[in-house]
Amino acid sequence: MEESKEASRYYEEFVKGIWKENPVFIAVLGLCPALAVTNTAINSLAMATATLFVLVSSSILVSTFRRIIPKEVRITTFVIIIATFVTVADFTLQAFVPKIHKDLGAFIALIVVNCLILGRQEAFSSKNGVRLAIADAAGMGLGFGFALFCLGVIREILGNGSLFDIPLFGPNYEPWVIMILPPGGFLTLGFLLLFFNWLKAYRLQKKEKQEKVTPLHPLSIQ
Amino acid sequence: MENFLWIFISAMVINNFTLSYFLGLCPFFGVSSKIETAFRMGMANIFVLVITAVCGWTLNTFILPYAPYLRLISFIIVIASTVQFVEIVIKKLSPALFKALGIFLPLITTNCAILGLALFATNKGYGLLEGIVYALGAGAGLTLALVIMAGIREETRLMDIPEVIKGTAFNMIVAGILSMAFMGFAGLFSTS
Repeated sequence: MEESKEASRYYEEFVKGIWKENPVFIAVLGLCPALAVTNTAINSLAMATATLFVLVSSSILVSTFRRIIPKEVRITTFVIIIATFVTVADFTLQAFVPKIHKDLGAFIALIVVNCLILGRQEAFSSKNGVRLAIADAAGMGLGFGFALFCLGVIREILGNGSLFDIPLFGPNYEPWVIMILPPGGFLTLGFLLLFFNWLKAYRLQKKEKQEKVTPLHPLSIQ
Repeated sequence: MENFLWIFISAMVINNFTLSYFLGLCPFFGVSSKIETAFRMGMANIFVLVITAVCGWTLNTFILPYAPYLRLISFIIVIASTVQFVEIVIKKLSPALFKALGIFLPLITTNCAILGLALFATNKGYGLLEGIVYALGAGAGLTLALVIMAGIREETRLMDIPEVIKGTAFNMIVAGILSMAFMGFAGLFSTS
């Protein structure tokens, strides 16, 4: 019983990042990379992987050393740890996929200032054990990646008429170029947020309707 | 001289940090509800950006040739501590200035725009003066974007906007339209 409770806790921490507390769609964190590099699906996948790697590795380190790190300089320590892993990710990408590294440019280095990563260290890893921290970081990282991938796919299909560089619509498709340019990032995320707001409002309305209906049940009238 | 002007204009409107590089979005959405605050935030940004340009140049010229893999870490540490130091000096010398900019300084020290400026200036190989001009241009661009955004938000506060659009979604779509308008500046230099 104890064990299954423990396991469900890990599962909970893992799952919450993917949907319920999704860093981009719900908390609106880490916007800079979410908008800047999602002009194609492949770029957004690379960015998502790099962020996931940095987030999980720094969470492991931070939560391992959480009792040693002095409270007064914890933010600085977190930043140094994150910057170290970002440097690792930067050089790895440069060595193995130089083309993608060139496309992403300075934005790989800018993972350091992604508020999502520092936020998770401060809010979670520095207060919880290593395994919980990994579950949380992996969930948040995957949620972030999911959001990036959504944006990347939408923007590439609309703006370029292709997905992973494979043309989808044939030669007569006139690409909506603005979508792969900067304004497209703002607009796509804006409309996605709008869609989620609408979904939330719709569900709430439905629930309220159901609750209103129940008192009319013959038994409750009496 | 012409070169400096070009760097300034380019950083300010053509490659506006917020609207075409998506840097500094947190203050752009966070502190843009009043023009007054937005303007002061912009000023504080210019201040930190210029310090960053000087720090970045110093590190690039004197230290990083020996240890290029330390670039990121040293940028962050040096910029953050210098800003903190200057903040203390200003607090002592000019309390009025500190009162106007003070609360924003810790907020923006670890902003992406700040680190972004240091990295872009490095990639472009700017010297000290060019770097400072670039920082001024980028800061002016940030201020411009912030003030315009704040102006739009003040104007739309009393409008009858559907409940679902209110909040971040609305700001994001406004920013998209704003960014589209700024794309018009891209033709500024190619025609002349």
